[in-house]
Amino acid sequence: MRGYVHSTESFGTVDGPGIRYVVFLQGCPMRCLYCHNPDTWRVGVGRQVDAQEILSEYRKNKAFYSKGGLTVSGGEPLLQIDFLLELFQLAKQEDIHTCIDTSGITFDLTDTVYLQKLDRLMELTDLVMLDIKQIDTDKHKELTGHSNTRVLAFAKYLESKKIPLWIRHVVIDGYTNDPEDLRRLGHFIGSLSNLYALDVLPYHTMGVQKYRELGIPYRLEGVPALPKSDAAEAKKIILNAVIEVRNKK
Amino acid sequence: MNQYEAWEGFESGTWVKEINVRSFIKHNYTPYDGDEAFLAGPTNATLTLWDQVLELSRQEREAGGVLDMDTKVISTIVSHAPGYLNKDLEQIVGFQTDKPFKRALMPYGGIRMAEKACKDNGYELDPQIKEFFSTHRKTHNAGVFDAYTPEMRACRSSHIITGLPDAYGRGRIIGDYRRVALYGVDRLIEDKIEQKETTRSAMYSEVIRIREELSEQIRALEDLKKMALTYGYDISVPARNTKEAIQWLYFGYLAAVKEQNGAAMSLGRTSTFLDIYSERDLKNGIFTEEELQEMIDHFIMKLRLIKFARTPEYNTLFSGDPQWVTESIGGVAIDGRHMVTKMSYRYLHTLENLGAAPEPNLTVLWSLRLPENFKRFCARISIETSSVQYENDDLMRFHHGDDYAIACCVSSMRIGKEMQFFGARANLAKCLLYAINGGIDEISGKQVGPEYRPITSEYLDYDEVMKRYDAMMQWLAGVYVNTLNIIHYMHDKYCYEKIQMALHDKHVTRWFATGIAGLSVVADSLSAIKYAKVKVIRNEAGLAVDYEVEGDFPKYGNDDDRVDSIAYDVVHLFMEHIRKNHTYRDSIPTTSILTITSNVVYGKATGATPDGRKRGEPFAPGANPMHRRDTHGAVASLASVAKMPFRDAQDGISNTFSIIPGALGKDDQIFAGDIEINFDCTTGACVSPTLFEGLDNQ
Repeated sequence: MRGYVHSTESFGTVDGPGIRYVVFLQGCPMRCLYCHNPDTWRVGVGRQVDAQEILSEYRKNKAFYSKGGLTVSGGEPLLQIDFLLELFQLAKQEDIHTCIDTSGITFDLTDTVYLQKLDRLMELTDLVMLDIKQIDTDKHKELTGHSNTRVLAFAKYLESKKIPLWIRHVVIDGYTNDPEDLRRLGHFIGSLSNLYALDVLPYHTMGVQKYRELGIPYRLEGVPALPKSDAAEAKKIILNAVIEVRNKK
Repeated sequence: MNQYEAWEGFESGTWVKEINVRSFIKHNYTPYDGDEAFLAGPTNATLTLWDQVLELSRQEREAGGVLDMDTKVISTIVSHAPGYLNKDLEQIVGFQTDKPFKRALMPYGGIRMAEKACKDNGYELDPQIKEFFSTHRKTHNAGVFDAYTPEMRACRSSHIITGLPDAYGRGRIIGDYRRVALYGVDRLIEDKIEQKETTRSAMYSEVIRIREELSEQIRALEDLKKMALTYGYDISVPARNTKEAIQWLYFGYLAAVKEQNGAAMSLGRTSTFLDIYSERDLKNGIFTEEELQEMIDHFIMKLRLIKFARTPEYNTLFSGDPQWVTESIGGVAIDGRHMVTKMSYRYLHTLENLGAAPEPNLTVLWSLRLPENFKRFCARISIETSSVQYENDDLMRFHHGDDYAIACCVSSMRIGKEMQFFGARANLAKCLLYAINGGIDEISGKQVGPEYRPITSEYLDYDEVMKRYDAMMQWLAGVYVNTLNIIHYMHDKYCYEKIQMALHDKHVTRWFATGIAGLSVVADSLSAIKYAKVKVIRNEAGLAVDYEVEGDFPKYGNDDDRVDSIAYDVVHLFMEHIRKNHTYRDSIPTTSILTITSNVVYGKATGATPDGRKRGEPFAPGANPMHRRDTHGAVASLASVAKMPFRDAQDGISNTFSIIPGALGKDDQIFAGDIEINFDCTTGACVSPTLFEGLDNQ
């Protein structure tokens, strides 16, 4: 079956362990203010690519990926869950390490058909990188256009499935760097037994140009890129909170 | 003292009976699997000397690029009194002239080039020297132009063949400088005398030439001894310890750069050789690690100060003022052992002790079988200094064994056994335009190539273009090879590399190197013609001068076989045409795809091409994809390059790879740690140590 692909990256070094082949899928329901890939938002457009074709691209250079693997990112990859199922089934036949880089926003406990598919997909998934954009529900809505209820529920779901989890968090001055929010985030992820890593990224402005090209107004105009040291500071706060939770246990 | 003292503790082998450095290394080296913890930092003497160098460099820059220049003394091995930075502090001594930063006068390649190098840098060549080399002593350059045909001159001035070593030293020859240290010069002279005595006695030109050359070589070796004596060293005998071994070896190299201003004056593969001495000295308590590192730091410092008198045009062609003092490090031996030693680490460590530098061109012969610790070390040094070159040992070992080295940037040759005739390159992109225009140059409008039928259709047809292109390549290969035949004949005659060839065997395999420029332009152009529609824009004279591409087409650099196979075919076709020609002195033709530095100049001289590249736009360097056309990431880009046939481009395929630090993984750690290093994957997810901040450890 075919998926809508935005682009592929043959040398992914930041989307999971090792050097990875990264497939960026097209389409995303989130409208994060700081999104640096607004060109991946629209659903149902992009290049239609067969799962087999992706695997054969991967295979050609698999020597490079011997310590890495395959990552699907986006866009929101879980929007195309049927395609992911086929792709990961094929990947697992060849023992390829699989990773999903997701916002978790498509998770819906009331949709039993979707949940069944997700259960099957998780059997084929080695790692999930989950982007928790804001722990505070209202601020999350302001930042992304959606509540974070589904995102947090998805994290719990992954814990129940024992899927190794990397958490990502982008720090934007005035939006996601309130120490109280960071502590709450730390407490939440610290409670997850499947947490393996935490990646705290400073906000950057490299996506601004794309907005201009697409004619979409950029709503964070004027917000400066965050210094690396501030992100490290935020990470410390989150980690301390994680340790607090762990020590209680 | 006799050689047996110098060789005390070494395991004997064939190398004792004959000049055979490889045998010495094989029997005596100690592979090192450990990490870099043993390394020593710079000594005070090193820091003092290096500050002095930086100060002189600053003065040189302020003086406009040249601090001092010889205009009277013709450089030979023995032409200059010894030169020093600070005699008391230098562990390793020797400069090309009587002081550092003073460039030597080397007129044998061509007097006009030597004169211009003086003039452009604000100096006046001694009129007597000019007169002498114009009237009484012919140069390489003069010889070449006596023999050139009008067609060759036309190809040269239209830049379809370009960068030819017809007015400057060809370089690319590596003397086996290790022989000086291992055997001492007297033994080498004995060997050369024996070689001369055993030539055939029937005097036909081959034999006469080799006898004359051997005599030149013997004289050069005598001069080498004399030069070393002026620095207070008797190198007629073998070196007795590490310091002497480095010094003897360096004198050999120094003699070469006193005599030749070659386009690439590479050092060879010396680190593992020297390691045998340093291991012995460490064992016997002769030197400490600090002392050994200091010697290497000073040696590398000397190599960084090799300088030649050159013209601004030369510097434009080569993007700077490069010497290509290439040193090959590591690799794997035929017997399966890797060849990384502590000395390999010490060489690379100079980039930390002295800071990053492009020279000497430290080149790691990379193999999957290099020890993990060394791979990590290399990755770290690369990330921190951007100063390390990598070459595929697994590929080259198959052709050249385990004692080859790289000349210039990619040319591999067995040390002391193989040499190369450097041949610059043919502009295959321009050749494609000649195919379309029936041999008329798209810029000058002159008939340079043969007057074949031009293409007159409005849109280009792939089969028609390929047919014409093949014919034009055949013509180009012919005139190119014959031009090079003249050049190397004259270089041997008027500018012979005496000392470098003295450090070779009697019977040398010669590679006849040719080169290709503009490969990615050609591949994309042909792909555009095949998969999109290319409309020809002609000027009033009917000459195709621009192209309009309608639609998209596969581009080289994306691991797309549709276009990568075109690039492959072009290399193979051109090489087949090269092979059809007679090559000078029984040399074996090869080609390279390696315009690392000249891509800008070549692009400037080439009209618009059917891939949409505008007139004068630079080519991509080497076998690189064109700028911004590789859109699928680094692996796909590298994969396209890796498809190029090494059998046809055995002189090397280069890829200039730059990457912004963040793209190597968070804080570059993933990349530095990822090259075949196993993460603990038992949990099902590989945990990267930098991302995982030891949550559970706290």
